[in-house]
Amino acid sequence: MPTASTRNIALRLGAVAVGMFGFGFALVPIYDVMCKVLGVSRETINTQAQLKPGSTSADASRTVTMQFLANNDGGMSWDFRPHQFEMRVNPGAMNNTTFYVRNPAHKAMVAQAVPSVSPAEAAPYLHKTECFCFRQQTLAAGGELDMPLQFVIDQALPKDIRTITLSYTLFDVTGAAGTADQRVGASN
Amino acid sequence: MGADHHGPAKGLTRWLFTTNHKDIGSMYLWFSFAMFLMGGTFALVIRSELFQPGLQIVKPEFFNQMTTMHGLVMVFGAIMPAWVGLANWMVPLMIGAPDMALPRMNNWSFWILPFAFTMLASSLFMEGGAPNFGWTFYAPLSTTYAPPSVTYFIFGVHLMGMSSIMGSINIIATIMNLRAPGMTYMKMPMFVWTWFITAFLLIAVMPVLAGVVTMMLFDIHFGTSFFSAAGGGDPVLFQHVFWFFGHPEVYIMILPAFGVVSEVLPTFSRKPLFGYSSMVYATASIAFLSFIVWAHHMYTVGMPIAGELFFMYATMLIAVPTGVKVFNWVTTMFKGSMTFETPMLFAIAFIILFTIGGLSGLMLSLAPLDFQYHDTYFVVAHFHYVLVQGALFAIYCGVYYWLPKWTGHMYDETLAKTHFWMTFIGVNTAFFPMHFVGLAGMPRRIPDYALQFADYNMLSTIGAFITGFSQLIFVVVVIKCIKSGKQATDQVWDGAHGLEWTVASPAPYHTFSVPPQVR
Amino acid sequence: MLRAQQRRRPLAGSIATAAIFMQSAMVLAEQGARSDTNMRYGVTDVSHRVYDLHMLSLWICVAIGVVVFGVMFYSIFAHRKSRGAVASHFHESTKLEIAWTVLPFVILLFMAIPATKTLTDIYNTDDAALDVRITGYQWKWKYSYPKDGVEYFSSLRTPRDEINNLAPKGENYLLDVDEPLVIPAGKKVRFLITAADVIHSWWMPDFSVKRDAIPGFVNESWAIVPEPGIYRGQCTELCGKEHGFMPIVVRVLPEGEFSAWIATRKEEAAKERELMSQSFTMEQTMERGKGVYEKVCAACHQPSGEGIPGAFPALKGSKIAMGPIEGHLNIVVHGKSGTAMAAFGAQLNEVDLAAVITYERNAWGNNVGDMLQPIDVANFKKGK
Repeated sequence: MPTASTRNIALRLGAVAVGMFGFGFALVPIYDVMCKVLGVSRETINTQAQLKPGSTSADASRTVTMQFLANNDGGMSWDFRPHQFEMRVNPGAMNNTTFYVRNPAHKAMVAQAVPSVSPAEAAPYLHKTECFCFRQQTLAAGGELDMPLQFVIDQALPKDIRTITLSYTLFDVTGAAGTADQRVGASN
Repeated sequence: MGADHHGPAKGLTRWLFTTNHKDIGSMYLWFSFAMFLMGGTFALVIRSELFQPGLQIVKPEFFNQMTTMHGLVMVFGAIMPAWVGLANWMVPLMIGAPDMALPRMNNWSFWILPFAFTMLASSLFMEGGAPNFGWTFYAPLSTTYAPPSVTYFIFGVHLMGMSSIMGSINIIATIMNLRAPGMTYMKMPMFVWTWFITAFLLIAVMPVLAGVVTMMLFDIHFGTSFFSAAGGGDPVLFQHVFWFFGHPEVYIMILPAFGVVSEVLPTFSRKPLFGYSSMVYATASIAFLSFIVWAHHMYTVGMPIAGELFFMYATMLIAVPTGVKVFNWVTTMFKGSMTFETPMLFAIAFIILFTIGGLSGLMLSLAPLDFQYHDTYFVVAHFHYVLVQGALFAIYCGVYYWLPKWTGHMYDETLAKTHFWMTFIGVNTAFFPMHFVGLAGMPRRIPDYALQFADYNMLSTIGAFITGFSQLIFVVVVIKCIKSGKQATDQVWDGAHGLEWTVASPAPYHTFSVPPQVR
Repeated sequence: MLRAQQRRRPLAGSIATAAIFMQSAMVLAEQGARSDTNMRYGVTDVSHRVYDLHMLSLWICVAIGVVVFGVMFYSIFAHRKSRGAVASHFHESTKLEIAWTVLPFVILLFMAIPATKTLTDIYNTDDAALDVRITGYQWKWKYSYPKDGVEYFSSLRTPRDEINNLAPKGENYLLDVDEPLVIPAGKKVRFLITAADVIHSWWMPDFSVKRDAIPGFVNESWAIVPEPGIYRGQCTELCGKEHGFMPIVVRVLPEGEFSAWIATRKEEAAKERELMSQSFTMEQTMERGKGVYEKVCAACHQPSGEGIPGAFPALKGSKIAMGPIEGHLNIVVHGKSGTAMAAFGAQLNEVDLAAVITYERNAWGNNVGDMLQPIDVANFKKGK
């Protein structure tokens, strides 16, 4: 029979194991925080920027090339493209552009655009004040839309970054609560 | 059963209900050997397909199932249970304990495993086939795009995890509570030390693996988006969580190997282990470092440069304690009085071949080089040198070393040496050319390849078959040793020291009912 | 046809170009460029530095190995019992142990410094002359030139018969594509790498560029390739069944030829659009459809249309392929969410969509008998 002290050790170790199971899940928010610190991932860039007062004064002496890309996830049939691929912008200045979308399906669909910034180091300096990626977009069958994007590049952007690419990938999230049979093998 | 002090029960119930550490250790070892043969068969299917360019034997989808199942079965079914089996047999004998601290849980830890692997193996016969996304099961290939059998895989992994965690709790409790009087921590044999540290690693990371497969389960069946960008998740997060488990997992498989080799070398060199305390500290440092290097498996996912550099430097640091170990082993042999029985041959081969694997690991740690090495056969060569010529060789080393203690007979030395040399030639023929094809540009996990890789692949396949069939010699050696053979003395090897050599050969069903006194 | 072009191009070039080619080929050969046993020297500055660092670390490892194994083999030889060796009993030496803890640190520094420098360079993607977007799909690549509005798919060109050992294997077996990525020589080209389904990885060994293509995220890398030529690589992240069959080919053209090539691509795209208003006969449609099917659909649904039970549904005799044509159009154009069935409306043009759907409805004994014209598909996509 295990002694009391053995039981004690086993219980403590069991608690550690349970704790580490929880830690596995805690890695999800920790990852987001780490990304924020290191400036990657859309966690920083998907949220509406809170601009500091006075930070929108443009620095006319410096220009940065801003590029826009539109990607479709494999399961997404919408037409999706930026109205312009490139624009030259001054850090600190407010800029506007639009992305065009059209839903060619015979039914209403819901889409979510997921942004990604290259180089990753530039992400913390790209502040979006308005973006279609903040919320899901619903389009009726055959509907089309110019989706606005408004952003400011922080004046603190490191000098060695001269080009920033902002890409969006459009996902079909119609009925996103997703049922279990929405997988290969269960189809057809 | 626990009250039975006379000997084992008769028949099947002995094995079903046993709480005896020797019985359970034996079952673990037989189970892991069965899994080793199964995983080996999968490997031979892979190598047969790769014998020549073109698709000959299997279809690509089945090939992917084979690579996945080979990896899973070898890691979770062969190597890990073999170590737990050796720990079960030897840790109580080495620290002078009558049994494991939690004998009933011990029974449970073992008997979960056959269920886990039946569940996993049954997926081969399901519609859509077995898991086909690699043993690293990266999302979304393993979630949105997975075959339906992925759910069985997930539950299988949960069971394996539970088994490992219970096994580790037991080992830690045994080591902490049941050491013989006078056996201080710094007097413990190296095998006990390395397993002690390994068990902590297991408790720390197996739950993280359970966590990551649970997240997969939720993504697949309950519409969450941990790993799907569409719902705000991130496929790269999967890799971070997986490798947070995965890298310590690698050391879980290799640390006990360090322990076995540190037992065997002094015995056959007839000279004490050089630098015992630095060995302990080196093992602990490796275990610690294993938690902060995981992202070196992911240099190509596009981490920011600060992250790449951090993980690169941390990974390079591992070379230091590992180097200390290798230097200590070599110095242990230096000015000894060596003989070369089979365990010693495996131990020496381990040091050489594991060091080769370690050095290729050092090359892989350099991030800019990894852009060329990553996911090629160079990596396959590297981890097979560490896990086959490393972990597996050390398991064989330990089994031959302690086999006379278990059976009471000496094994057939000639046959055992044949097994060693055939395996040695086989694995090196199989895995050394993989360095070449990898550097020349062959990606891993492909069922067919460009023509310039043909020669070395053919060689690898020949080596794999030599290795595979040589293991049958081992079966003969073990069966012969159980049935007959020269009676083994209690000490077995004339250079052997330690409590396990003070009990009779074969070790009686119950040992150290009265704790020995260690000076 | 492409291969013929590749072969002809150096011949068409001047003798001077040929001489440069040969010279550089010789230099590369000397440095192990086409080695079957070692890393390729490659053609970019980065790949050369990576190769040099690789060789440096390899030789350091060899040197460590020689010393350690040397001592070990000496002991095995000299300190064996059969030679009458008597064991010493020393078992520690603090000085020695400190020495071999510190020494590796110093050796590691020699590797870490050049590695850090090279890595910093690899990460500097600024000031590119051309941006190319690379998208991984199961199991092909899409290359797009966002500034020029040109984009196309690049998939395996090796015939299935060669893979199935029914025909002799060609020179570039499994390393040949229908449409290679084309970039100009001597210019900094930035690769923006992403994926549309699972994770892939884009690897061009001669440029020392390898980046994972991750759905929803964009990774970047770059190369300046000084010399025109054809370079080959493969996908290096397990991405499903046909992972071994999605090679990467990059064709590097002199700058002038590159601009001409882009212009031609634009014209071709315009011509393809004209086809959309034309009508085709059943025969023409079936023939084109078979080609599209084998390139795009056969990997999953199989050339026989029978699919793979449990993984990919059969089209032969299927409810969708033999049911109302709108349903068939719908699944091909919009895909089926949450499955491997992609929305091909965003990948194929109307001519190909019409052809492949018609083919699927009339092949393998499906014999539904109806057919689509490109205009039907266009109208469907417009919601009519």
